Amino acid sequence: MSLWRTFKVAWEGLTLNKARSFLTTLGVIIGVAAVIVMLAVSAGAEAEIADQINSLGANLIMVMPSFQRGGFGPGAGGRGGMPGLSYDDISAIAENVTGIDGVSAEQTTMQDVKGSAVLEDISIVGTTSGFPQVRDYQVALGRFLTDEDNDRTNKVAVLGYDIAAELFGDSGTGLGQKVKIGSTSFTVVGVMEEKGVVGNVDYDARIYIPLTVVFKRFTNARFGGDAVRLIYVSAESKDTMEGVMSQVTTLLAQRHDVEPSMPDFSLTTQDSIIDARASTTEAFRNLLAWVAAISLVVGGIGIMNIMLVSVTERTREIGLRQALGARPRDVRRQFLFEAVTLSLIGGLVGVLAGVGGSYLFNELGTMRTDLVPASIPLAFAAAATVGIFFGYYPATKAAQLDPIEALRRE
Amino acid sequence: MTENLIEITNLVKVYGKGEIAVHALRGVDLQVQRGEFLAIMGPSGSGKSTLMNILGCLDRPTDGTYVLDGEDVSRLRKPRLASVRNRQIGFVFQSYNLLPRLTAVKNVMLPLLYNGHQNLSDAECHERAVAALEAVGLGDRAHHRPNELSGGQQQRVAIARALINNPSIILADEPTGNLDTQSSQEIIELLHQLHEQGATIVMVTHEPGLAEHAERVIFLRDGQIVSDQLNGQRRKGGKL
Repeated sequence: MSLWRTFKVAWEGLTLNKARSFLTTLGVIIGVAAVIVMLAVSAGAEAEIADQINSLGANLIMVMPSFQRGGFGPGAGGRGGMPGLSYDDISAIAENVTGIDGVSAEQTTMQDVKGSAVLEDISIVGTTSGFPQVRDYQVALGRFLTDEDNDRTNKVAVLGYDIAAELFGDSGTGLGQKVKIGSTSFTVVGVMEEKGVVGNVDYDARIYIPLTVVFKRFTNARFGGDAVRLIYVSAESKDTMEGVMSQVTTLLAQRHDVEPSMPDFSLTTQDSIIDARASTTEAFRNLLAWVAAISLVVGGIGIMNIMLVSVTERTREIGLRQALGARPRDVRRQFLFEAVTLSLIGGLVGVLAGVGGSYLFNELGTMRTDLVPASIPLAFAAAATVGIFFGYYPATKAAQLDPIEALRRE
Repeated sequence: MTENLIEITNLVKVYGKGEIAVHALRGVDLQVQRGEFLAIMGPSGSGKSTLMNILGCLDRPTDGTYVLDGEDVSRLRKPRLASVRNRQIGFVFQSYNLLPRLTAVKNVMLPLLYNGHQNLSDAECHERAVAALEAVGLGDRAHHRPNELSGGQQQRVAIARALINNPSIILADEPTGNLDTQSSQEIIELLHQLHEQGATIVMVTHEPGLAEHAERVIFLRDGQIVSDQLNGQRRKGGKL
């Protein structure tokens, strides 16, 4: 019997009980839709994280002190034996390294802040004028810190968006006002634009002051408090990243009097942070994929169940077909086609539902979803496999029926 | 000398094994010529259903040979038997066995689905099925479903289905068992008509009145043929 005719016979069998066929298919529809939506959700989450991290400055290189070696050894050259990076390293990079857009640093201390209200344990970030440039994060009002602020240790502060709102309300700007950070009074010179939470950091709940002031007022310089914990170097483009990194390594190794191959600092890029993040979302994605796969298997079991019922119900029909010349494989094919047709229709509707669902989630702003194109053929193939796998047993059972017995059945 | 269409030699069928073994057929010899109209009679348990199943290639004998149209089919495997059934045998059942969801013409077309040798197009299949329905006088009922047809009409659809592959034998198992007298008469007339046109018909029945219509009646008891008679007046030509 030709495949097309087998399909037509299978189709007749399915349309015999439309409601039942639909309900059977529902399992596969849900399974396939789940696969597509889950993959879209996790791809969306990954892209979201990547976007957020990149939104804090593209082509960013982070230089951090490495305490693994040399930190307390004799080779830490001229800096009192203390490990890490110095304030001068920042300007040295800015002056000597080519292919960069900007350099800045970050040194955080937790302090209570007093203005019109008291805010406890606020992140006070000591930084330099290059910060808005390298982190792609601008002031909304007033100005950011200048080189002069750092050189003269001016007690000026730029407030994060939420801090400004809490201290001065929505209407007041706070510019020119005083805030007390720890026991020191600062003049507000700017308010940052709204940024939100990126990674684990709530940028809007921070206050930015000159790095030198942090050293002087909050981290005791005499005990190594002037060691910079984080320098940002922003490369001009992706292509200059490699060159910038090797220049920075050479320069700092030379300044710290260490071998470039065994530095007392380490360089990290945004990409490596994104990768690290991705590995956590990957676990999440794998979990979702398993859930989706299980629902597909459950759908398949539903198909097998209904096919077994169908074979039992139609025993007499099978006997008749055998008497009229259907070979065992004709019968097997007929029921296999029914199972595969059910699962492929399920796959098709499931793909539509999955794509539609992903689109809807995105549109309604529930969550970001990025449709993974490969998930469509994947889910479809999975549905077909489920149909063949779970259809095979009932179909074989039908094919092995004895025509005499089958014809006698009522 | 007419060639034997069916040649059965020492046919034995045993169900089960050992002490519980049931000997349904105990050495049956039977020859049927092309164009004969044969009735098989016998009480229940006589083995007539078993003989019918083996004649119809639905079952295989335990021992003995069955040569159908020159081919020994007694040892064929299932798939081969299926295609022998498809090509050589037209079944007519007591309960018609039409698929209720299909129209008469679709029911008649069923055997063509499994006929791998003739690659007929859908249109040709349809044409042949309509022709078969016309042959049994149901040309105007082609698109009715079984539940829209009377019992006699349903059985005629079943006969049309049996005819569609031009089989060597028509095997009718109590073909009028579910029908009233009037319809039974019509079916018998139809079988006669087919016989006149040269069809070989083997009919199983326990109604002596029905068996009278055949030209030859064999009687089974306890798995053996106990009588083999001609209904002389119906026999046309030929010899036994």
